[in-house]
Amino acid sequence: MTARHKRIVFIILGLCAVAAASMMITQAMKSNLAYLYAPEAVLAGEAPKDRLIRLGGLVKKDSLVRSQTSLDLSFVLTDNRGHEITVNYNKILPDLFKEEQSAVVKGKLTADNQFMAEEVLAKHDAEYMPPEVKDVLEQEHTPKADAKQEVKY
Amino acid sequence: MIPEIGHFALVLALVIALVQSVFPILGTVTNNAQWVAMAKPTARAQLLFMSIAFACLVISFLDSDFSVRYVANNSNTLMPTIYKVSAVWGAHEGSLLLWGLILSVWAALVSIFSKGISAVMLARVLSVMGMIGVGFLLFMLLTSNPFERLFPIPAEGRTLNPLLQDPGLAIHPPMLYMGYVGFSVAFAFAIAAMLGGKLDAAWARWARPWTNVAWVFLTIGIALGSWWAYYELGWGGWWFWDPVENASLMPWLVGTALIHSLAVSEKRAAFKSWTVLLAIFAFSLSLLGTFLVRSGVLTSVHAFASDPERGLFILIFLVLVVGSSLVLYAIRAPKLRSTGTFSVISREVGLLVNNVVLVAMTATVLLGTLYPLFIDALGMGKISVGPPYFNTLSLPLGIVLFSAMGFGLFLRWKKDKPERLFAKVRWVLLLALIIAFLVPILFMESFTVKAALGVFLASWVSLTALLWVQEQGRSPFKLPLAIWGAAIAHIGMAVTVAGISLTSMYSVEKDVRLDKGETYEMAGYLFAFNGVEKVQGPNYIAQRGEIVITRKGEAIATLHPEKRNYGQGTMPMTEAGIDGGFFRDLFVALGEPLGEQAWSLRLYHKPVVNWIWLGAALMSLGGFLAAFDKRYRMVRRRSQKLTPKQSDALAATATKQEVTA
Repeated sequence: MTARHKRIVFIILGLCAVAAASMMITQAMKSNLAYLYAPEAVLAGEAPKDRLIRLGGLVKKDSLVRSQTSLDLSFVLTDNRGHEITVNYNKILPDLFKEEQSAVVKGKLTADNQFMAEEVLAKHDAEYMPPEVKDVLEQEHTPKADAKQEVKY
Repeated sequence: MIPEIGHFALVLALVIALVQSVFPILGTVTNNAQWVAMAKPTARAQLLFMSIAFACLVISFLDSDFSVRYVANNSNTLMPTIYKVSAVWGAHEGSLLLWGLILSVWAALVSIFSKGISAVMLARVLSVMGMIGVGFLLFMLLTSNPFERLFPIPAEGRTLNPLLQDPGLAIHPPMLYMGYVGFSVAFAFAIAAMLGGKLDAAWARWARPWTNVAWVFLTIGIALGSWWAYYELGWGGWWFWDPVENASLMPWLVGTALIHSLAVSEKRAAFKSWTVLLAIFAFSLSLLGTFLVRSGVLTSVHAFASDPERGLFILIFLVLVVGSSLVLYAIRAPKLRSTGTFSVISREVGLLVNNVVLVAMTATVLLGTLYPLFIDALGMGKISVGPPYFNTLSLPLGIVLFSAMGFGLFLRWKKDKPERLFAKVRWVLLLALIIAFLVPILFMESFTVKAALGVFLASWVSLTALLWVQEQGRSPFKLPLAIWGAAIAHIGMAVTVAGISLTSMYSVEKDVRLDKGETYEMAGYLFAFNGVEKVQGPNYIAQRGEIVITRKGEAIATLHPEKRNYGQGTMPMTEAGIDGGFFRDLFVALGEPLGEQAWSLRLYHKPVVNWIWLGAALMSLGGFLAAFDKRYRMVRRRSQKLTPKQSDALAATATKQEVTA
């Protein structure tokens, strides 16, 4: 094989590798991306049902209900403007999970807007609030005056 | 007073770094021998002043000098001494200081172990490292001064993030930084070689031991972080594909590729420009990692404080470093002729496969890490890329990589015959296949294809490495360290792969609700919950549970998982109770109290999970041995650059050894 042939072979192999890689990547991406929604968007029907999504908000005060016999529990995620979604979960909640604090849940939405969570993420640090949740809470098209409720992160 | 001395030392270090980055390199252009000779003393003075600054911060912590804002924010008088010291790098400012200190350590080491390298080359290398130092010192002094004072002085400080109050994590950041910053040496060598316009075998031989040592530290750092996450976060996971974990994995992957590609550049004078590019990327990805962690653009365990000004500074620095080195590369690369030719079946191609796969892995990790950032920046919604994405993509790439690993060791440089290769490894191949089927059937509850595949690849890689050592035909005690290093590192990788595949296939994880006195049976073990009591620690209050584990009536272990509260509004910490072993870990973590005496508990049975870190330890040992091979020292003493012809001769003798075997 001449040097020229070799180079051509290498280039073709390289292109094939790139093509295969990009195909695999798009496939893997497609099935593993989870978009973040706000309670308001879910109630407005913007979130897909039965697909892996994330939901961010504040845990409503006194909404945490536990089963007496198993780990099943449910709580309400709210944006403090009256949009609420009930989240169901059957594992151990993270250490920093608290009512009136922010949380992001990952899981699927059922037909009647109940959220079946596979994972509950609370923040990692007492002072730290995930920027995305902050955005979700602030971004809504509500007038500023409404958002004045004191929310401690 | 002490903080002012520290601050002043930092300013002096900046001035020295400026001198170090300007004069030696100008001297190489203007042929001013005196300027060139300034490289060594400035590098050492830099180390002196960085050490003074660092020592001042350590003293401030030990004295609990709360007039220093950084100390007040991260320490208090109750903290044990070890954590007062580790708190120095427990947050942003101090960890930058550590970064700078380590950079100057590397530069000073280069200046000491530089016998045999030409003064001009050394001047260029140290100047480049000086420039990096200038960037980081400016960053520190302008945006994040660790010595900033605080008025009024608080009577008591706050506390170090409780997550970091752990011996494993106390040394995780220094190790990781030694690795990150260590790649700056290879980077500086690559830049210096390009500036000189000559990329011969000498620069590669020079860069090899340094790259190895940096890689070793990075390996240890990543493994420590993963091990810490396993026992400290209380989730029993050891890798989460968290963006910051990814940020440390990317330089590791590229660094691994660089180690292998340097071998080709040194021995065969091929892959020259590619190697340079890898050296640039390894360090750039280290910088990117620093940027991602420090800028607060990521949602992560590591994103403690976010400050857009800081992020912007690092971003600009990153763009300058990457941009200027790529421009230099664009100018110089076309002149770099790789003289070594090779055919399709050859060790060069084996190493090419290694490089391509590792770079592809890096690219997928990079994409998965940055994609959500881009989408968010474009206002297209907030997404997260889940672990399945990374797992799906690493699997096929890993299969290719590990298959090639076994063949690679036996391939000859330049040209080889497939028949010869196959004849050598066929028995190993068969043996690996048998092991792959026997292990899941004999030792595990069920047979899965993935587990068999993992065991096959692991035994294939480790058996070929052993066979290769035996093939050298010399007494194991007389083998060069580089041979041992390569074999041990490959075996280490195999052990990690075996650990990962078996533990992810056969772990049993259960979240349960248990009342005091209740039991739960899992994987043949009986877990009895004896309730929870309050315990006072040095600077925390803990809820301490007791779980007695038995198997068929025989006592196995009594575990005491804790839930600690460090006060001051910090988060509660979960200390898992682990009964570790070579073949399995039993892992118990407290969840939350659920009424009177009942708690939620996490019970895990994890087979061979420790192999993951055992493998990393072996890899580090291998890298270390290879870095201290006699060859590098002898070459340095000889102080002559080999001509390509001579390096051909070297390679030829190497092949001859294999033939005689």
